This record gives sequence, structure tokens and C-alpha cells, in this order.
Amino acid sequence: MRTLLMLLAVLFIIATPLVLGGTFKGTDDQASLAIEQTHPGYKPWFTPLWQPPSSEIESLLFALQAAIGAGILGYVIGRKHGMAAKPDVTP
Amino acid sequence: MHIMEGFLPPLHCVGWGLASAPFVVAGTTRLKRLVAERPEARLTLAAAGAFTFVMSALKMPSVTGSCSHPTGTGLGAMMFGPAVMALLGTIVLVFQALLLAHGGLTTLGANVFSMAIVGPWVSWGIWRLSGRLGVSTAVSVFLAASLGDLSTYMTTSVQLALAYPDPASGYLGALAKFSGIFAITQVPLAVAEGLLTVVVMNALSQRVGEVSIK
Repeated sequence: MRTLLMLLAVLFIIATPLVLGGTFKGTDDQASLAIEQTHPGYKPWFTPLWQPPSSEIESLLFALQAAIGAGILGYVIGRKHGMAAKPDVTP
Repeated sequence: MHIMEGFLPPLHCVGWGLASAPFVVAGTTRLKRLVAERPEARLTLAAAGAFTFVMSALKMPSVTGSCSHPTGTGLGAMMFGPAVMALLGTIVLVFQALLLAHGGLTTLGANVFSMAIVGPWVSWGIWRLSGRLGVSTAVSVFLAASLGDLSTYMTTSVQLALAYPDPASGYLGALAKFSGIFAITQVPLAVAEGLLTVVVMNALSQRVGEVSIK
């Protein structure tokens, strides 16, 4: 029950800004703009070795990162749950 | 969000790299010893690493109208101490720098310092302190995870302010400006991370017969 309430609170925190509106640009882009303002003409002295060719590929890789993490996390929680159900089995 | 590739002067990159390196080395040693002494901890260690992996992939909207992502480093810091998170956080940052052009290799030292060192140490400190003050476990976990998250982005703001002092208002002016971008945006996300960490911590510990958190 408390878990459900906490998850609902998270949902609320994430959904509220969408209702309030905004451009939702990344804070890293905003920081580079701010640097540009006080230090006009600043050029990064190094560029990423490889960049996702499009924003679709970028979201693919971010989704992959989240999926790998969520998969492992779910596996561990499930396994611990299973271990607790059979206390005679030593982990 | 991490500091972008090529956005810190070379001297700063080297400085933050030198500051971070010993923590990552110590984290590796600590992790090896942990696995040798408690092989059963491998499962929970994987979960702690996986949690940072998920959290730092999720860019979320904030009430400031911009986007950032949580760090997820507090969970592992509370379960295994802050040292191991230096290594786990570095792995996440290298993945993002190489495959996502998010953060960067030149700024890796600075980003490791904020996300994989300062964040976990702050989380761990608050976790220990709240425990000593008799604060309930759930509240302690919440405070530790959310303030650790926030401290990471305060560090990012300090790092950028040191590199780009404002021509008019100097270092403090720049710090106020970068905190306005990173830290304020992070406040609601830090609350979300705190709540999610409590949920995951419950799921990981409650169901095993004994509470493995020390």
C-alpha cells in the first residue's frame, strides 16, 4: 500500500511539469548556452568520438540502457523473493 | 545531466581526473574484497549497479521546464558503502560517454567526481547520521537518496562555475547561475529518486528472511 502511494507520488512529480509546460531541453544544453553567453565564441575543444546518428538512435540506446538495468533489477528482486519463499534453500 | 564533452578546460579535466582516480581504484579493490568475502552479495551488487543504470537513463521533465535525470547511486552507497559506487558509477558514465555522446571522455573525471564520489558519500553520510539519530529506515533512505542526488548536481554547478566565472559577478555569480540550471531543476527529480529508492530498497531487503543492509 505504501509502495503504491510512493509510486503514485513519483508519477505525479513527473507528470506535473508536462501539464505546466516548458521546452524540456536538457540542462546540459542550457548550461552550454549559458557558457556561450558569458564567453562568446567558446568552442568545445574536444568532440564526442561517436554520436548517435539521429535522435531516434539516441532514444534507442537510452531505452536499451534502461532496459538492461530494469531487467537485471527485476531478476534480482524475483530471485530474492524466490529464495525467501523457500527458506531451507541456502542462497 | 553530466558536463558535456570538451566543455571543461584541459587543466580542469586533468585536475578532476586526478582527484577521482584514487576513489575509483579504491572502489575496485573494495569491490573485489566484498565479492571474495561475501559471494552472496553479488546478486545485490548487480541490483545496485542496475539501479544506477536505469535511473541515469531516464531523462525526466522538471517544473523548471527543462529535463534532467536522477543518478541512482544512493542505493548502492547505503547497501555497500560509498567506495564501490565510484567504480559502478564510472562504468555508467563511460557507457554514456561512448555510446550516447552524453557527458564525455574529457569531462569523465569531473563527472565521476560529482556522480560517483560526492553523491554516494553524501548519501552514505546522511544514511549513517539518520540511523544514529533514530530516524526511521524509510525516511533515512529517502533523505539519503534524494540529498545525494542533489549534491551531485550542486557539485556539477561548482565545477562549471570554477571553469566559467561570470565576467561581472565572478565565481559566486557563476555558481548561482549554474545552480539555477542544474540544482533547481533537480529538486523534484531528487524527491522522485528518494521515493523510488525506498521502493526498491524495500523490494530488495524485505523479502529475504534477514535484512542484509548493514
